[in-house]
Amino acid sequence: MHPALQGLITIIIGVGGCVGYFWLSNLVLDKVLFPPRGPNAGRNINRANMIRPWLFLFPALAALGLYLAYPVFETLRLSMIERDGVEEHWVWFANYARMAAEPKFIEALRNNFLWLLVVPAASTAFGLLAAQLTDRLRWGNLAKSLIFMPMAISFVGAAVIWKLVYDYRPIDQEQIGVLNAIVVALGGEPQTWLQIPFWNNFFLMVVLIWIQTGFAMVILSAALRGIPEETVEAAIVDGANPFQIFFKIKVPQIRGTIVVVWTTITLVVLKIFDIVFAMTNGQWGTQVLANYMFDKLFRANDWGVGSASAMVIMVLVTPILVWNVVNARREMK
Amino acid sequence: MADLKLTGVGKTYGGTVEVLKDINLDIATGELIVFVGPSGCGKSTLLRMIAGLEKITTGTLEIDGMVVNDVPPAQRGIAMVFQSYALYPHMTVRENMSFALKIARKPQAEIDAAVMRAAKMLQLEPYLDRLPKALSGGQRQRVAIGRAIVRDPKVYLFDEPLSNLDAALRVATRIEIAQLKESMPNSTMIYVTHDQVEAMTLASRIVVLADKGIAQVGPPLELYERPRNEFVARFIGSPAMNLLPGEIIGTGEKTTVRIAGGGLAVSAVPTRAADKGLKVNVGIRPEDFVITEAEDHVYDGEVEFVEALGEVTVLYFRPEPGRDAVLAKLPGVHADLRGRRVRLAADPARVHLFHGGESLLWRD
Repeated sequence: MHPALQGLITIIIGVGGCVGYFWLSNLVLDKVLFPPRGPNAGRNINRANMIRPWLFLFPALAALGLYLAYPVFETLRLSMIERDGVEEHWVWFANYARMAAEPKFIEALRNNFLWLLVVPAASTAFGLLAAQLTDRLRWGNLAKSLIFMPMAISFVGAAVIWKLVYDYRPIDQEQIGVLNAIVVALGGEPQTWLQIPFWNNFFLMVVLIWIQTGFAMVILSAALRGIPEETVEAAIVDGANPFQIFFKIKVPQIRGTIVVVWTTITLVVLKIFDIVFAMTNGQWGTQVLANYMFDKLFRANDWGVGSASAMVIMVLVTPILVWNVVNARREMK
Repeated sequence: MADLKLTGVGKTYGGTVEVLKDINLDIATGELIVFVGPSGCGKSTLLRMIAGLEKITTGTLEIDGMVVNDVPPAQRGIAMVFQSYALYPHMTVRENMSFALKIARKPQAEIDAAVMRAAKMLQLEPYLDRLPKALSGGQRQRVAIGRAIVRDPKVYLFDEPLSNLDAALRVATRIEIAQLKESMPNSTMIYVTHDQVEAMTLASRIVVLADKGIAQVGPPLELYERPRNEFVARFIGSPAMNLLPGEIIGTGEKTTVRIAGGGLAVSAVPTRAADKGLKVNVGIRPEDFVITEAEDHVYDGEVEFVEALGEVTVLYFRPEPGRDAVLAKLPGVHADLRGRRVRLAADPARVHLFHGGESLLWRD
């Protein structure tokens, strides 16, 4: 069968199935289970209305339960057992203890903290700067589009691009990496950027900052436009200079949005995997938690420690996620 | 504590769109000047040019004898109260009021004293530590005024400060502003509004803006009693003045005009013999009409509609084709006039004459 036809049929079955589910289940509820007639018509209507929302929520709840809630508990279970061939036996926190003793895990934890400190702050700051600077320019929208464009590139794609930027060739060869080409042109020696311990972490972070600045800029630009112009004019009349207007009038008024942007990027950073995986694979001291988890689960086949590290990531993400949702809801009011 | 002088001031946007031209105005210390005009006449633009928020395209603006065209707003000695209050939402009332002085790096004791003095004047003391969102509209407006007072400016600028308040609060705040002005007799205030009641009650002089320029400047009652042109005549007073086309048939100390519909109007405006036959518009305010049984009448028509307000009754006469309806505002209750033919007369002293839009009274 032609693949396009196949796709079309799939779409029809999928959408038709959804529509059919809602329509039929609703019909069964109203006509069969609780028909609005007979001696209990009023009671039946009330009961049907109580059940209806759950009926409609059921597919989403089932899917979330199957693909989100169940894996969490299964991972928790896996993190506390050890496999001996096909036999499983409970070891409780032994996997966690083993993991904590591994230098690679400590390195991943440290690096994740570094990412956490640098990337959200840098992305938000650059985004805010870009939003403010492009606000009044005639070609501001063009500049914004350019800054936003990396958002459209996948993390792996961005990693490949930046791997080329950091590319190293011996000094007697032509440098194909932009960074080394500049260094050499300025009279320096080419560096293996991704292998310089400690600092290579920051070269990886640049990639994510490059991507996330566009996101921060778009959201913050909208927030800046939402500031009443008259408060800015009042500040001008009050004698504030542009810096004071920005930091004392504008930034405080969009504080809530800044927090939401910051925490959203923080969540991305905590889960960071693709960039590290594609560029260094955690070598030369650049390991991060998600890549550590991948290593343990799918390379070393150590399900116990891999699951334990997954739990660590979840425990780190959850409080920030809750805070993010609370802030976002407050902003929307 | 300052006088303003506008000389040939004009404003053009983008080099082509002219919104104001050749504004000449002298404002003396202690005056409360009100700019009125229909929406889009440039009254807010003029105020913003005085504030320094808009560039002055042509002409000069002097404050206290110094040209301030290129002086930044904060150094012009002005303070502005915005229509939407423009309070800083993240600052308390106290911080809002002290912001300008903080920026100017005034000593803390001086800031506190100025804020307390303004708060006392505006009865804002209980609210000093609240955020603007916890205040009512009237209180916010008082904070906005307080923010201006704290700076002790030479000139206060008000941009439609009452238009965001509900009707009852508007009256109360209007009186507060009048009292505020009385308590600071040396401060100069410029006030923009489209509400002629605010203009009439607050102003020492009103500036009526129309068609990119000043239509007339004068004390409120002069504008009402001796309008220079048809625009001011119809803009000041509510309902607007009736304009009846006619022809001068008698000149001298008093002028007699034959009204196109058949009536005869006598005006106290003197005319020259040469004016005989001149086409004029006779202007009579609705409240200056009286009902007459006599043969001599200015207007004669059928009452199409009656608005009985109790204290006054407004009669709407059936309009002749292509003309505006004539209105008469009579004191007391006259509910039984609907559908009847009524004759109207007016005191000659209150009959205005316009030729080509300009009042004959102001003709040299």
